Amino acid sequence: MVDRLRLSRRSVLKTVTAAGGLSALGAGLPWTPALAKDLVIGFVYVGPRDDFGYNQAHAEGAAAVKLMPGVKVLEEEKVPETVDVEKTMESMINLDGASLLFPTSFGYFDPHVLKEAKKHKGLAFLHCGGLWTKGKHPDNVGSYFGYIDEAQYLSGIVAGYASKTKKLGFVAAKPIPQVLRNINSFTLGARSVDPSITTAVIFTGDWSMPVKEAEATNSLIAQGVDVVTCHVDSPKVIVETAEKRGIYVTGYHANQAKLAPNGYLTGAEWNWAKVYTDYVKMVQGGIKPPNLVRGGLKEGIVKTSPYGAAVSDKARNHADDVKGQFMAGSFVVYKGPLKDNKGNIVIAAGTEHGQTDIALESMNWLVEGVVGSIA
Amino acid sequence: MDETSPGWWGVPLAVLAGAIRVSTPFLFVSLGECLTEKSGRINLGLEGTLVMGAMSGYAVAYGTGSPWLGVLVAGLAGTGFGILHAAVCSLERVNDIAVGIALMLLGTGLAFFLGKPYIQPQAPQLPSIDFGWWSTSQQVRSALQVNALFLIGAVLAPLLVWGLRNTRWGMVLRIVGESAEAARAMGYPVNRVRLFATAAGGFLAGVGGSFLSLHYPGSWNERLSSGQGITAVALVIFARWDPVLCFWASLLFGGAGALGPALQAVGVTQGYYLFNAAPYVLTLAIMIATSSARHRLAGAPAELSVTR
Repeated sequence: MVDRLRLSRRSVLKTVTAAGGLSALGAGLPWTPALAKDLVIGFVYVGPRDDFGYNQAHAEGAAAVKLMPGVKVLEEEKVPETVDVEKTMESMINLDGASLLFPTSFGYFDPHVLKEAKKHKGLAFLHCGGLWTKGKHPDNVGSYFGYIDEAQYLSGIVAGYASKTKKLGFVAAKPIPQVLRNINSFTLGARSVDPSITTAVIFTGDWSMPVKEAEATNSLIAQGVDVVTCHVDSPKVIVETAEKRGIYVTGYHANQAKLAPNGYLTGAEWNWAKVYTDYVKMVQGGIKPPNLVRGGLKEGIVKTSPYGAAVSDKARNHADDVKGQFMAGSFVVYKGPLKDNKGNIVIAAGTEHGQTDIALESMNWLVEGVVGSIA
Repeated sequence: MDETSPGWWGVPLAVLAGAIRVSTPFLFVSLGECLTEKSGRINLGLEGTLVMGAMSGYAVAYGTGSPWLGVLVAGLAGTGFGILHAAVCSLERVNDIAVGIALMLLGTGLAFFLGKPYIQPQAPQLPSIDFGWWSTSQQVRSALQVNALFLIGAVLAPLLVWGLRNTRWGMVLRIVGESAEAARAMGYPVNRVRLFATAAGGFLAGVGGSFLSLHYPGSWNERLSSGQGITAVALVIFARWDPVLCFWASLLFGGAGALGPALQAVGVTQGYYLFNAAPYVLTLAIMIATSSARHRLAGAPAELSVTR
C-alpha cells in the first residue's frame, strides 16, 4: 500500500515535470500566439466573408490591416448575434492574446460587447454601428460608422433619372435607424430630381433571407418598380434578380457591378480599409482610439461605385455636383421643413440636421414619398 | 392607377407566381421524404441533403457550364447521403431520427466547407419555359415563367401515387412500410427496399437543392435553405403521405410565403411580421382542424418510429 502510494507520487511528479518542460519548450516554438510586440487584432463577422456585401466590405478592411507591419489578424465568420459572439471574443482574448477587437455586426453591441468590455477593462472593443454614449457605456468601447446615406442620396439621384415609371423599390432587412436613414436619403435624392417619385419598401425581417429577398424584388417589379436598391447583408440575390428581370439596380456595401453588367447604375460602398488602418496606427502609436468615429464621403469612410453605362450625362452631372458639395462638407440632406409619410412634420422649417448630428441616429420615421411602414 | 401597375390584382398574381417559384424545393424534398417514409423510415437529414445538393449543383454547373449536369450531380450527392442514412439505419438498434439529425448537420457543415469558393462566382442558370406568351401584361408573363424542374415535379407527384398503388415495386414498398414482419415472411428484403427508398428520396432532395442554387433565388450562399428542408419533411405529415397532396401543400407553402412581400409591395405594410409567419399559422390551423384524438393519422405507414 505504502509502496504503491510512493510510486504514484513519483509518477505524478514525473508527469508534472514533463508537462512543465513541454510547455516551456512550447513557449519557444513558432506556434505561440504572437510575439509580445505584435498587436493581435480580432475581427468577428456575422456572415461569410465573401458575400458581396456587408461582411465582404469588412473583410476587405481586415485584409488591408493584415498588410501593416507588427500586427496579427484573427478572423472568425458566421458568428451569430447571441452569446456565441462573447465566446468568440473570449477565445480570441484568452487563447490568442487579442487586445483590439472589431465585432462588426450591429446586434453584437448590446449586451455582448458591453459585457465583454466591462470584463476586460484593459482591452479595446471597437464596434461597427453602435452608438457609444458617454457615462452609459464603458470607456474602452468605441463605435464607428459611416454616413453611407450620403452615397445612398447620390444613388437616389441617379435612380430618379433612370426611372421611367417613377416608382423605386427598396428591399430592407429590419426597420432600425440606420436602415431607415438609407431609405429616406435614397428617396430624398430621387425626389430632388422629380418630386412625384415614390419608393416602395419591403422589410424581409432578417439580414440574410435569399428566397424572401428574391420574392420581394419580384413583387416590387410586378408593381411597376423599375429601379431597386437594398439594405441587406448580401445584395447578390437582389442584384441578380433585378438584372434577370431587366430593371435597374443600385448596389450596397460593396461593388456588385459584375453581377449586373446592364442594369447596375451605381452603388453605396464602404471603405473600411481606411477606418481600420487608422485605428491600428493609433493603437500602435500608443494613442487611445476615440470613442465615436463617424464620417462620410468627405472623410473617405464611404464611396460610390463607378457609374454604369445606363447612367445619362444629366444624371452624372447632377450627382457629381452634389457629391462635390458632400466633399466640401456643405450639403445637408436633412433640413426642414420635412414631412414623414404619415403627414407629420418631423423636421421643422429652418431646422437643419447635419450629417454628424446624433439626432439622426435614432431616426424612427419614413420620409414623405416612401410607401411602407415601420411596424 | 396607370397600366404599369396591376395594383391589388398584383397580390393574387404575386401569390400565384410565388407559389410556382418558391414551391419547387418543397415539392422535391417532400416527394422524396414521402417515398422514404412509405418504406417505414424517417430521414430528417434531408435539410442537409438539400443544402449539399444546392452547393454541389452550383459548383458543377459553374465548373462545367451545364446547369443540367449540376442538377444530376446534386441528385447523386443526395443519393449518396440517402445511402449513408439507410446503411447506418440498417444496423441493429439504430434510431433513424437521430441518424437523420446527424446527417443534417454533416450535410450542411460539409456544404458550407466545400462551398466557400463558390459564394462569389456566378453559375449558369436553368432555363425557364414561357407559358405567358398569350398575355400582354408583363406581370402575368413573368409569373408564368415556369421552370422545367417544377413541371417534372408536378408530373412526378401523380406518377408516384399511381406507382405506389399499382406497380409491384410500389406494393413491396408499402408492405415494408406497413409491416416489416409480413414483408420478411413473404421473402422481401426489408433493408434493401428501404435502402432504395431512402436513396431515391435523397436523389429528389438533392435535385430540390439544385433548384435553389440554379434557378430561384439562383445563387449559392450559406443562408440559402434557411430550414426549407425541415419544413418539407413536416409537409409530408401535413399531406398525409400522399404525393399529390404534397404537391398542393408545397404550392400552398410557396404561395403563403409570397404573401408578405406581395402585400408590402402594394402598400399594406402594417404587421408584415405576421404575414411572414402566414405559412406556419396555416399549418397549425390545418393540423388542428384535421387531427383527431381517436385514431392514428390516416395514411401513416405503420412501421414509422413516430407512429409505431
